[in-house]
Amino acid sequence: MISGIILYSVAIVLTITSFFKDRGRTKKALLKSFNLFKNILPDVLSIMFFVGLSLAILTPELISSLIGESSGSLGILLSTVVGSVAIVPSFVVFPLGSTLVQNGAGLPQVAAFMSSLMAVGFVTLPMESKLFGRKFAYLRNASGAVMSVIFAYIIWGVMI
Amino acid sequence: MKTLKKYRIFLLLLTGLILLTLLAPTTGKNAFRLAGNSIMDMLSLLPPVLVLVGLLDVWVPKEVMMKYMGNGSGFRGIFFSLLLGFVAAGPLYISFPVATLLIKKGAALRYVVFFIGVWTTAKLPVFIYELTSFGYEFTAIHIIFGLTFYYFVGMAFEKIFAEKPIAIEE
Repeated sequence: MISGIILYSVAIVLTITSFFKDRGRTKKALLKSFNLFKNILPDVLSIMFFVGLSLAILTPELISSLIGESSGSLGILLSTVVGSVAIVPSFVVFPLGSTLVQNGAGLPQVAAFMSSLMAVGFVTLPMESKLFGRKFAYLRNASGAVMSVIFAYIIWGVMI
Repeated sequence: MKTLKKYRIFLLLLTGLILLTLLAPTTGKNAFRLAGNSIMDMLSLLPPVLVLVGLLDVWVPKEVMMKYMGNGSGFRGIFFSLLLGFVAAGPLYISFPVATLLIKKGAALRYVVFFIGVWTTAKLPVFIYELTSFGYEFTAIHIIFGLTFYYFVGMAFEKIFAEKPIAIEE
């Protein structure tokens, strides 16, 4: 919410400044912004609905039962997959993770889950492919998944 | 027809949600409410970010971007990708239009990938949540490992895409 207010203020002030400096350019800039918005809106709306679905279906109890403390490597794999498919708002990720640990999920598994939630998105893949090309999108998401798994094993080795 | 095709995934999800609501009213209603909240969040972040992207596009010359984040910008490139990703607000998809602008303006791919990496591991608002919920050791491992990893991923991407650079549509 606060980030939103800051962002809107900065955007409005800069647009006004730009307008006084050069009307034509400002018009061009806003037209570009609008076209970008129009282009990504369908994908963004799908993402929003998927967030709703993810949060409603994946209750902390359900996830904790899948990735308990004794779930080991299979649990890490499973939580990376679930984290890659689901999308939740970023400020929900860590509070959700700590609820999971309290409900009996293992720390390395939760680490993989949270990391892949933030770095990998099956649902954002179409949008990412459209903007950067398919190869880039798949490789970037794959590297995010690899990062999440390695991170989980480091946590396992160091903190457990 | 074209519009319909663009929205087909959205319509599919909407149908799924309606079906869910018919089968399991509580879960379905909850999903709708959460989707509504997410749309409000999106509206508080995405439009101003896109306006900023548009303004940067017309005002920042390519040479300036290349100086700060281009090939051979060295430490400056790392610093600016860190800064941009660190002050980021919002989910990953908001970083995409910013990243396309960076590519268009001649930033090195290494720093663009690193910037997205920073966005996914060390955003300031999320960082604070991480620290309070999981403590120093966990957070330090996550951020130090994550950033190092994505820096090398960025270097690898630069090699992979050296022959056929990513083209950004207008």
